[in-house]
Amino acid sequence: MEALLAISIGVLVAAAVYLMLARHVLRFIFGLVLISNAANLTIFTAGRLTEGAPPLIELGTVAPDPGVANALPQALVLTAIVIGFGLFAFALILMFRAYTTLGTLDSDEMRIAEPREEK
Amino acid sequence: MGWLLTIPLVLPFLTAVAAFLTRESPSGRWISVFGNVLFLGAAILLFSHVYEKGVVAGQMGNWPAPFGITLVADYLSAVMVVITAITALAVSVYALSDINTRKEYLGYHALFNILIGGVTGAFITGDLFNLYVWFEVMLISSFGLLVLGGSKAQIDGGVKYVTLNLVSTILFLCGVGLLYGMTGTLNLADLAVTIPTVENQGLVTVVAMMFMVAFGVKAAVFPLFFWLPASYHTPAFSVSAVFAGLLTKVGVYALIRMFTLVFDQDIGFTHTVLLWVAAFTMVTGVLGAAAQNDMRKILSFHIVSQIGYMIMGLAIYTPLAIAGAVFYLVHHIVVKANLFLIAGVAERIAGSTDLGKIGGMYKTAPFLGILFLIPAFSLAGFPPLSGFWAKYVLVAAALENEGWVIAGVALLVGLLTIYSMTKIWAEAFWKAHPEGQDPTLDTLEPSARRYLLLPIGGLAVLTLIIGFFPQPFVSFAETAAAQLLDPTPYITTVLGDGVLTEAAQ
Repeated sequence: MEALLAISIGVLVAAAVYLMLARHVLRFIFGLVLISNAANLTIFTAGRLTEGAPPLIELGTVAPDPGVANALPQALVLTAIVIGFGLFAFALILMFRAYTTLGTLDSDEMRIAEPREEK
Repeated sequence: MGWLLTIPLVLPFLTAVAAFLTRESPSGRWISVFGNVLFLGAAILLFSHVYEKGVVAGQMGNWPAPFGITLVADYLSAVMVVITAITALAVSVYALSDINTRKEYLGYHALFNILIGGVTGAFITGDLFNLYVWFEVMLISSFGLLVLGGSKAQIDGGVKYVTLNLVSTILFLCGVGLLYGMTGTLNLADLAVTIPTVENQGLVTVVAMMFMVAFGVKAAVFPLFFWLPASYHTPAFSVSAVFAGLLTKVGVYALIRMFTLVFDQDIGFTHTVLLWVAAFTMVTGVLGAAAQNDMRKILSFHIVSQIGYMIMGLAIYTPLAIAGAVFYLVHHIVVKANLFLIAGVAERIAGSTDLGKIGGMYKTAPFLGILFLIPAFSLAGFPPLSGFWAKYVLVAAALENEGWVIAGVALLVGLLTIYSMTKIWAEAFWKAHPEGQDPTLDTLEPSARRYLLLPIGGLAVLTLIIGFFPQPFVSFAETAAAQLLDPTPYITTVLGDGVLTEAAQ
């Protein structure tokens, strides 16, 4: 299972890097969405995949059995997803605003803040 | 002693809420000033406590470390919180005149105070994931501040700032996950104890490099700094000043913290990389500045070059060098924020920050000239201003360590910094105004003059104090460096006394 996840993380990162190398900024944002999901999966996998042992305590005992899953990485992933969601919502709105005010999302054309040298 | 740590953290957020609720009336801006006065008080309280008693730690919700979130303040954290509060207060006074009512209505003061809260949180947290969360708080409020007003240049700069910072955030998050997978803890003190026991030290170094890149983007080091000169000259001057003063320094702080406390296993590799990074950062920053012809763009590139000095201190990794980095950090926040504030006044009275379009301010506004000279020459390292001592300590540390090349680079970059500062001086102050105007401070309303010049004067006085009485500041920095290089008090304060003997067994 780890191998499978590792491969899919690799595929996600590769696709993300491909998108982020594009000149179009909207593609860059889609690349960011993919790579952030790759990061979330990395945390999930690094926290060990434990099959069939949910982090629950049996009725009548005070401590979980040894070898149950660790719930913390999943809490981290959840937090990261929520934060990431907020950031991407902002980034998308910013892209929309950039498109309406600058009239382009081609990063080569976006030279308002750093104008080219006049020849 | 948890409350000492939580009050400086809570105050900016309370101020933000109050300022947001009153954003339609003029009282909102005064709430921001008042909140920052209280914040400065709380920061000084924390600082004096740390200064007397050493490291302070607070376990949130009384969950024993490493299970809960820990807030820790050692010398470095405490002094960073105080300097954050000073900058925040200065900028909030400056904003009384600099920020128009439209931006206030859009929530400038709330965003500003949330930013300050995020910066403070990053300085005093003792937990890696919590640090990530504070970075996000900082980031999202800085996004808002950067594009507030929505001019074309702001949106353009904003796109570059947002996208590149998001990449660094994701790298940071990945590193956090991998580190947790190896050690099973995210508490910084616990990480310092656990990392040496990790079997695969090669992987630790890989993760260390991920953190170096992630924090390197935030700190704007070579070759990751491109977002900074693309965006820092676009927003309101108050925003530029607080960004220039504080944001990149959080990245430097995080680098110093992680690469003294946690990643000190493979110094031969990681700190050599840092040394190269430092040298290139200094040189590219200062050369970039020399090519610019706008006050704010020149100053933006100089942030990059000055960051190099701090990284150099961390990279040399001797007590004197780390002390130099800490001293530099404090000095640079004051000076850099002040220079951006002065650029704002220059634009108000002369109409632009483009050096080709302004001039003559030495004759018509000599007071502003003096106020500019203090931080500008401090930045360039003129004795006896604060920058001279900061550079002196760092170069001395490099020579002591036989780092001839890096010492030479540092001195050369200092020389080129003088070139840029004299260029601003010659163009903006010395030569006659190209359109024959006489830009005087009298064109400002009396209240605007007060609000704009008071924080500039205050920060300039602080620069002079650090410059003329450097001894207490240097010895403080030396103690801070000693704490960073021997983290035993940090670890025992967070985890209890028994943990190090246990780990040794």
